[in-house]
Amino acid sequence: MGKKPLLEFTDRGIYCDKGRFYIDPWKPVDDAVITHAHGDHAYPGNKHYLAHHFSKEVLFYRLGDIQLQTVAYGEKVVKNGVAISFHPAGHVIGSAQIRIAYQGEIWVVSGDYKVEDDGISTPFEPVRCHHFISECTFGMPVYKWKPQKEVFDDINKWWAGNLQNGAATVLVGYSLGKAQRILQNLDLSIGKVYTHGVIENTNDALRRNGIQLNPTERITPDTPKEEVRKGIVIAPPSSVGSPWMRRFQPYSFGYCSGWMAIRGAKKRRAADRGFVLSDHADWDGLITAIDASGCECMYLTHGYTATFTRYLNEIGYNAREVHTLYGDDEDPGMPEGPEFKDEPNVENSASKVHSSGENAGETGGPAL
Amino acid sequence: MKAFAQLFLALDETNKTNEKVKVLKDYFNSVPDSDKMHMLALFSGRKPKRQINATLVRNWAIEASHIPDWLFGESYQVVGDLAETMALLMPQTDNSSSKTLTEWIAEINALANKTEDEKKAWLLNSWAMLDSQERFVFNKLLTGSFRVGVSQSLVIKALSEISGINAAALTHRIMGNWLPETYQYAELIQEQGAADDISRPYPFFLAYPVQETSEKQRSAEELRTSLGNESDWQAEWKWDGIRAQLIKREGRIFIWSRGEDLATDKFPELHPFLNALPDGTVIDGEILSFRNGLPLPFNVLQTRIGRKNLNKKILEESPVAVIAYDCLEYEGEDIRTGTQVARRLILEKLQAATPFPEIFRISGLIAFSSWEELATIRERSRAMIAEGIMLKRKSAAYQVGRKRGDWWKWKIDPLSVDAVMIYAQKGHGRRADLYTDYTFAVWDGDKLVPFAKAYSGLTDQEINKVDYFVKRNTLEKFGPVRTVKPELVFEIGFEGINRSTRHKSGIALRFPRILRWRQDKPKEEADTLETLKALLGE
Repeated sequence: MGKKPLLEFTDRGIYCDKGRFYIDPWKPVDDAVITHAHGDHAYPGNKHYLAHHFSKEVLFYRLGDIQLQTVAYGEKVVKNGVAISFHPAGHVIGSAQIRIAYQGEIWVVSGDYKVEDDGISTPFEPVRCHHFISECTFGMPVYKWKPQKEVFDDINKWWAGNLQNGAATVLVGYSLGKAQRILQNLDLSIGKVYTHGVIENTNDALRRNGIQLNPTERITPDTPKEEVRKGIVIAPPSSVGSPWMRRFQPYSFGYCSGWMAIRGAKKRRAADRGFVLSDHADWDGLITAIDASGCECMYLTHGYTATFTRYLNEIGYNAREVHTLYGDDEDPGMPEGPEFKDEPNVENSASKVHSSGENAGETGGPAL
Repeated sequence: MKAFAQLFLALDETNKTNEKVKVLKDYFNSVPDSDKMHMLALFSGRKPKRQINATLVRNWAIEASHIPDWLFGESYQVVGDLAETMALLMPQTDNSSSKTLTEWIAEINALANKTEDEKKAWLLNSWAMLDSQERFVFNKLLTGSFRVGVSQSLVIKALSEISGINAAALTHRIMGNWLPETYQYAELIQEQGAADDISRPYPFFLAYPVQETSEKQRSAEELRTSLGNESDWQAEWKWDGIRAQLIKREGRIFIWSRGEDLATDKFPELHPFLNALPDGTVIDGEILSFRNGLPLPFNVLQTRIGRKNLNKKILEESPVAVIAYDCLEYEGEDIRTGTQVARRLILEKLQAATPFPEIFRISGLIAFSSWEELATIRERSRAMIAEGIMLKRKSAAYQVGRKRGDWWKWKIDPLSVDAVMIYAQKGHGRRADLYTDYTFAVWDGDKLVPFAKAYSGLTDQEINKVDYFVKRNTLEKFGPVRTVKPELVFEIGFEGINRSTRHKSGIALRFPRILRWRQDKPKEEADTLETLKALLGE
């Protein structure tokens, strides 16, 4: 008789029976522990939420009036005798790996993570554990990221070139995470940063949370086009090809995503420039993180799970594939998540870009 | 190689025609002349001979990447391009090669006499010398799968702008047989074309479709509005064969297919009539299988395409003839700028003089007095073993490439059936990692029988939805192929249908493609094999 595992995979999400709580549940539950505020991890409808301090305002903005408790990294919360603590995942601001400990047994749920320091999210810290539940969005050896400095050098060069050619510059990235990472790493001596309303709403929420972000200007119908042309626009994926974007004609638009590493995927998005910039760990990053956890057993939740699991087992790890509803790269047709009513025009605008983005939130989900 | 890799990258980085031309000009201006000719050869489909077979390249790449074989295979599924997969999987280097494109291609060609071990040592060493972008184009050269997102006409445009030679002349000068090793750039851009290679064909003039898709029917009235007076036009049947240019110069004969393949040896039946033509004659027409003076369907001709040896049986079963419809050179003069009518008169004169009228045929003109009448005649296309009707303006010059205005093709509507998708496979290139290639089936009693594969006709949005369905409704996986729950119904269009012993269904379709997704139809309402067979018209 094996004893019941501390965490189990249910049709509502990852569940801790001893502690009576769920982690990132996708159906409403009483007690939800949230790794980060992206739509495919923080669903509406739960009675109680536990998240990191930095996720607070974004969660309120996205989910409305919820009952939310927030904690710092490393701080311990005990539920029914089970110890829960949050540890930096480096994915986006406020993202955490959740460590769960009970009677000497330790589990870690990674949520989404990357191992490179992006200069804005608290950098990833490996957490030793017995069981590690990991994502593997980019769990294929063809995905290997360059240091972000090289990518931003390219982006800044492209921006300066557009300026010379008299074209506006539009850089597309997901509104929570990618947008701030871009904002903090652009060379602001080139020009000013303008933002799409959906992105600026997230920026505002983060600023309310005490996060220091570089200055931005929200684009409104009154923003003069000529001024925008001198700067750079950060826009969400849903705005690509929309009338909102077309009014910047002539413009060059760049797309920041890990998927840009493959020529075919880049062409599909018909972007003028594709920048390989991801908030997920690449192949080497995943293996490093898994190794650093020192775990005996690991579970791969979303991404190229079958391939990655097989490979890990071949190189001597004990890995298992698990089905969850977290953003899945094999999921370009992922149904739309709940709409955010503050920007209906953008949500409904025709989009040339087809989702198969970094996670559900980034693409099919709400374009926050 | 650096410049060539950079060219590739820069072409990838823009979707705008003007910028592509600029990138091409920058490239031409920055490389030695011999590189220009090699680039032209590659971009016009003249790839270097494959010196190492693809399996060896793949195996050595796996070795260099330090990953298991199966993982390489799965990576290829995701990337959808072998050269790119290999470039992505190898350990990154900071190296970069200063060798020119010409030097690299010379090294590749020199492999012909090397042993396998020597080839391997050369390849591993070469990979180690290149950065990842260079590796990618290098792999492209090596594997001979050279497709770039830029048309030959854009390359010609750039070349024309830097050399001052007009584009049509350049297009002509890069037709036919030439080697970048011996064809000099200086020769290519001479003011007056030098004594040209006698085998060189002219660029084909291609017709524009009257209707972009089968759904957009054009009425006689619309034809009148856009094409004007009937009397300005001549009409012919649109024959379904192999488009060819037939040359007789200085006592020698050449047959070129539209893909710019020299196909002289493939059609021995045509040699007597060509030899009988006066020197300095070039004819444009269609090669078809004929029996008893009647054209046979394309699939009969297909049996001899691609055969290395034409045995007696094949020649007997599928004898060919030419239906000529234009004359581009007469008495050694390029007469392409003359009118359609004038060229037709010369063609008729040549044909009247041939001792082989059964082999050298002429495409008859269709008499019609109104667009309405022509529309009615078009309905008979299938019975004529034709694909529709060709319209040529009587005053038309013979132009270069696909030009709107003087030559139009008015194809018949495709045949169609409603079919159920049963297998799906991932696509390549821009459709990599998406299920885009489908196999369709029709009902035979209560069983679904596969009868056609198609991978075009859906919008990107529809492809995403079908892909989502496939991933959630997979019954079985056979390597890259997934058996899918039979549920989605599509209307499949095709140009022709024939019996086939090679297919389970007993039939083979010509140009099958998806016309539309019938989201309104349940699978039970898809068509039957009986319906399909009724279309055989036997």
